[in-house]
Amino acid sequence: MAKELWKGNEVIAEAAIRAGCDCYFGYPITPQSEVPEYMSVHMPKHGRIFVQAESEVAAINMVYGAAACGLRAMTTSSSPGISLMQEGISYIAGSRLPAVIVNCMRGGPGLGTIQPSQADYYQSTRGGGHGDYRTIVLAPSNIQELADFVQEAFDIADYYRNPVMIAVDGMIGQILEPIEWRPVKRRELPPKDWATTGKRGRKTPNLVTSLFMDPEDCDRMNQLMGENLKRIEENETRYEAIGCDDAEIILVAYGTPARIIISVLDELRTQGIKAGLFRPISLWPFPEKPLHDYVAKDNVKLVLDVEMSLGQMIDDVRLAIKGKKPVHFYGRAGGIVPTVEEIIEAAKKALKEAK
Amino acid sequence: MAYIYKRSEGLRDIPMHYCPGCHHGIVHKLVAEVLEEMDLLDEVIGVCPVGCAVFAGDYFNCDFQEAAHGRAPAVATGIKRTHPNQPVFTYQGDGDLASIGAGEIVHAAMRGEKFTTVFINNGIYGMTGGQMAPTTLIGMKASTCQDGRSAEQAGMPMRMSEMLATLDGCVYAERVCVIDIPNLNKAKRAIKKAFEYQMAGKGFTFIEVLSTCPTNWGMTPLKANQFLKEKMAAYYQLGVVKDTAQEVK
Repeated sequence: MAKELWKGNEVIAEAAIRAGCDCYFGYPITPQSEVPEYMSVHMPKHGRIFVQAESEVAAINMVYGAAACGLRAMTTSSSPGISLMQEGISYIAGSRLPAVIVNCMRGGPGLGTIQPSQADYYQSTRGGGHGDYRTIVLAPSNIQELADFVQEAFDIADYYRNPVMIAVDGMIGQILEPIEWRPVKRRELPPKDWATTGKRGRKTPNLVTSLFMDPEDCDRMNQLMGENLKRIEENETRYEAIGCDDAEIILVAYGTPARIIISVLDELRTQGIKAGLFRPISLWPFPEKPLHDYVAKDNVKLVLDVEMSLGQMIDDVRLAIKGKKPVHFYGRAGGIVPTVEEIIEAAKKALKEAK
Repeated sequence: MAYIYKRSEGLRDIPMHYCPGCHHGIVHKLVAEVLEEMDLLDEVIGVCPVGCAVFAGDYFNCDFQEAAHGRAPAVATGIKRTHPNQPVFTYQGDGDLASIGAGEIVHAAMRGEKFTTVFINNGIYGMTGGQMAPTTLIGMKASTCQDGRSAEQAGMPMRMSEMLATLDGCVYAERVCVIDIPNLNKAKRAIKKAFEYQMAGKGFTFIEVLSTCPTNWGMTPLKANQFLKEKMAAYYQLGVVKDTAQEVK
């Protein structure tokens, strides 16, 4: 199939439509407003539903209502909007509903900046709202992956009855790249016999709820959810490793910094420094074991974690490495994308300190 | 043997948790009877609130969703937009609807979402133990205004029916109560009209039911009914607030 030039945010919208998204509910926020704009034009053309909600709080609850009827529902936002959605995401997880949420991250805290950032790693991978749940978080680092992952996300959400979040920094939302609309992996999905569709044909009504007044019931629900999360950890971990087999320094990064590091690796290797990139693609579940195994090898002296934040993923990196090697950090916050030169300098500095 | 009276098919045979004298059970019954009479029980999808009616989904014999506090109108929007031919309703209290969910109900009404909201206004937070609500009357005591609500400190009580009636998308708003049989019959007719308008695709419909909370008001059920009649209905006037549905094509 021929390649087409697409903008990240429009790919999010088009990929969702191609994946059979039945309804989209959103609220404008930079740098992702192209998504609701595209959806407002194209969803009705496909006979699907678009509603511009009055707030992110309302948008995620519209997603809840439609998802609880068994439909493929989606919303998108950027960091401050995702903060507002966390209540709804907790209810979606607590009611064991599938949903797809895209976070096109910008700098924070507070109103922060509209420039790209990765400062929502914590609120994406730690559940985000109240309770013991997790969202499955996929972090594409180019537009092709974005197209593939958004399409796959609906199946993953339906398969596990768990919300899936696509976490990109605003850079990926805004850039244009040639992509191919290629088929993605489809799964055999369980029937949605829990959905509230009107009880016709059923003996008992369906009730979608996250309320369990009896603590024994609430514990049981949590344990069930926990087992599901374990299954996800076992089956849905994704990563990419480039040049890690002989590396003396492994750089860990996702999203935009990861693609910048590809240039860093070339430059370092021409200077005689063997550098590798370990790129978590699923931020939750975090690819803990593969990272540990690469870093544990004798050729690796140290790890340099690079993020567009003050360092959030570094917690997971340290947990994975279990203190086996030193972990250094380089990050720019507040909407600044680190340059190749900055990262090279940080890598050299870290190696110098290690000697 | 012929039945003279029996539980509506719209309710399940489960003991309700509501306190003695509370009106929730009566209003549940009226909604259930309307849905049964209109033959909608197999199609309808309800949304329950956070508050005393949080268990409504257990009591009704139809599909239900439990919403986050105040968000029922957004949840119902997600349902109705994707199921335009099925009846949808939210059942919400005054803390849920007039306080934390004020934004959601206003915008659902503004968009003219074609679902029905049954709003229980008892002027207090029942489930959390009797705190002041936006609808608490001036001078009325609550656990967070123990000397009685003062306008200076907490503002004047909010008239939701009148407020929503200013929005074109809201085609029908009526305030009713269930303190005696004539009022109860009126309330049922209003609920039925709201569902009829909804099924005809007229727009957003809103039934406010003035209700009592004997437990948190610190009154006997009879005293509470008396208070509703004399004090509440004086501030929250009973009757049709708006009915433009007939004109809506």
